[in-house]
Amino acid sequence: MSTAAITRNLRAPDGGPSSGLTRERALGWGGIALGILAFLMTLPPFEVRSIGPSVVLAVLAAGLGVAAIVGGERRLGGGAIAAAIVGVLGAYGATRSGTSHLEVVVSWGALTAAMLRYATPLTFAALGGLVSERAGVVNIALEGMMLMGAFFAAWGADKTGTWVGGILIGVLAGMALALVHAIFAVSLRSDQIVVGTGLNFVALGVTGYMYVNSYGAQGTPDNLPSVPEVNLPTDSLGFIGQAISQLNLLVWGSLLAVVLVWLLVFRTRTGLRLRSVGENPRAAETVGIGVYRTRYAAVVASGGLAALGGAFLSIGFVHSFSQNMTAGRGFIALAALIAGRWRPGGVLAATLLFGFSSALAQRLPEFSPSLATLFQALPYVLTLIAVAGVVGRSTPPAADGVPYQREGN
Amino acid sequence: MSSVRPGAPAPPPPPDGQPEIALSPGFVARMTGQMRAGGWIAPLLTVVVAFFMGGLVVAATGHNPLSTYKAIFDGSGLQWLFPWTSGPDRDTAAINLQQTLLTTGPLILLGLAVGYAFRAGLFNIGGQGQYIVGSIAAVWAGSSWAGMPGWIHVILAMVLATAAGATWAGISGALRAITGANEVITTIMLNWIAIWLGVYLFGLGGPLQNNAQPDVPISNDIVHSARLPVFWGDADLQGLHIGIFVALAAAVVYWVLLNRSTKGYEARAVGFNPEAARYSGIRVGRTYVLVMATCGALAGLAGSLDVLGWQFHIATNDIQGTQLAFLGIAVALLGRNTALGTCLAALMFGALVNGTSVRNLDPAVFEPELAQNLTTVIQGLVVLFVSADVLILLIYNKLRPRRRARGGGAAGPAGDTIEVVA
Repeated sequence: MSTAAITRNLRAPDGGPSSGLTRERALGWGGIALGILAFLMTLPPFEVRSIGPSVVLAVLAAGLGVAAIVGGERRLGGGAIAAAIVGVLGAYGATRSGTSHLEVVVSWGALTAAMLRYATPLTFAALGGLVSERAGVVNIALEGMMLMGAFFAAWGADKTGTWVGGILIGVLAGMALALVHAIFAVSLRSDQIVVGTGLNFVALGVTGYMYVNSYGAQGTPDNLPSVPEVNLPTDSLGFIGQAISQLNLLVWGSLLAVVLVWLLVFRTRTGLRLRSVGENPRAAETVGIGVYRTRYAAVVASGGLAALGGAFLSIGFVHSFSQNMTAGRGFIALAALIAGRWRPGGVLAATLLFGFSSALAQRLPEFSPSLATLFQALPYVLTLIAVAGVVGRSTPPAADGVPYQREGN
Repeated sequence: MSSVRPGAPAPPPPPDGQPEIALSPGFVARMTGQMRAGGWIAPLLTVVVAFFMGGLVVAATGHNPLSTYKAIFDGSGLQWLFPWTSGPDRDTAAINLQQTLLTTGPLILLGLAVGYAFRAGLFNIGGQGQYIVGSIAAVWAGSSWAGMPGWIHVILAMVLATAAGATWAGISGALRAITGANEVITTIMLNWIAIWLGVYLFGLGGPLQNNAQPDVPISNDIVHSARLPVFWGDADLQGLHIGIFVALAAAVVYWVLLNRSTKGYEARAVGFNPEAARYSGIRVGRTYVLVMATCGALAGLAGSLDVLGWQFHIATNDIQGTQLAFLGIAVALLGRNTALGTCLAALMFGALVNGTSVRNLDPAVFEPELAQNLTTVIQGLVVLFVSADVLILLIYNKLRPRRRARGGGAAGPAGDTIEVVA
């Protein structure tokens, strides 16, 4: 066993010795909160129109950050200082811009609703990645599985005339691609990253081929059956109420899926077996758990979840299909999985953050139309920062990405 | 960590920490082993299987796979190589072959950009972004400074493109070295950032949009003196420019760098086993940065060849539509990350790309839009089957049972049968 593997195994799965609330960690978190507050107070509905109070808060935040660093909590302390800098810059920008612009961009109800919509495909795909990686199979092909889901959901909805049929066919298509992934990654013990990359191209080619073959230049029909919206009488309940008053059924489905995956993976015997296969397949096999069977099931389930995310994109969100419409979302989902430390709650937090950045990117052009396209890069920049920033604390399942070979084979 | 007290923060990751998901060192070792033992038969089998399965897709949608592949082959211009092609056929074939070779040049560079990273255990999926920033740098340099002597201008544009690509990929290398961030994710994110950066720069009102037509989202044209000279075919009809020689020279440099230089040795050592490399005194983190920067330089150079050789300007559509760099992955894997293999694989994919292009494929036989997606499918299948060396080697070993029996199972140090190292 390599030394890296040993050190990795010594660390507890959740950040190890650094978890638990110490004084230094409290200081760090407090600093981060103050830094965010410094920005928040200049936005609607508070709209403090002078920079002074924000500067005071930011200085306090930076002070707490320094205190945390002196106490040995470097990461959170650094985070607090970064939050202070970002907070004061944001507050400066907000106090300089006109209130009318601000109120259009920062309309919390609409922003939250958009965040949930943009987060949904990512949440489904990241949960798929979670199931697969908890069983020890890295799934780079999430992108391709989403794309399969997106196309075949649109195609199925068109052919069957109902959105239910579309979702079923989309999910089956994602699972079919995942089955190929499982055959190569589990049975043939291929390098999982290379297999995933190959499958992403296959999915891109197959969906593009089928799309051109079935729809040609016209594109998918305008009357494509779509997943219904859920209307709730919550408009009077503040911005959260406004945000959730009209959301797609699959948005709620993604939130439900977070709970279900958490229950399945962390609260059932099946989940325990799944995780044991991902942590130590040899030991799991010794006690009679079928490693191959578990991994096959996990990868196929992961394909189904990712395809649900793709199906939401095509028949829940955009109401059409276009070639390569997933646009790297499968990889953002992978980043969310890492940032969320392979746990459903963390994954949801990360996908909401990426969803928020996409929602913001749609609204920021209000400030500067010529920079509008540049804002489109925001989710990708944020993903880059997130992957670079959290990896040190993030510990994957021990056997993640390692092909398993039965003894005697 | 000398004194770890309870509640103290987790030890920082090692300066060149391994990311959570990475290419398995076993895979890198296997590919190298295969190169020695499998020769060119395994890649050939891979291609045959991939084309066969692509043919199944064609047949399943009611087209004739044989006539489709024949039309694609005719579109690639490769029949120019046959001595019996003559008359007007030969002229058409020459024009088509020029197009194929126009694509082959950048593809060689993009394949090398993936292959060098592979040898160091890194997976560079960021060729697209590196290619884009390279072409942005080249189009900016090539369309500025109109009075400059031609050859200095060309070289300057290429150098800037190379530097831009190296910087772009260097970000991923540095992130991997410092934080252990997985280069697969960071390079993909940098692809999208490069795309939106380019769309912003050349888009309406963007800083590098052309001066003449304010409502067209396109760059300025490369000045005539900064264009790469055409040596085969008509310069006005997109003849073959000298960029292919730049690419071939880069392949030679790649071979020397990888097999005859200290840096290349260190890269290969890190690819085989980063831990062992570290204990033998190689600075693994710095190697990651250098390797990625080298890869980015190659991809950036590829971008400059296309811009200075035949595109001469970039529209925002070009940036969003370019998929060429992803072919570099298939090229590198199929070419077993060797210089010669990469050149041959680049020729094959260059032929496939041009054989399926709107310009070259006869739409009466097969729609080019369909065929381009067929190229993507074949590209994916090639990557898939290269990864499944077990499968291909199984077929390979099945195909030659007799020789194996005669060798008595012990046939020399390289091994007659290729063993699969787990």
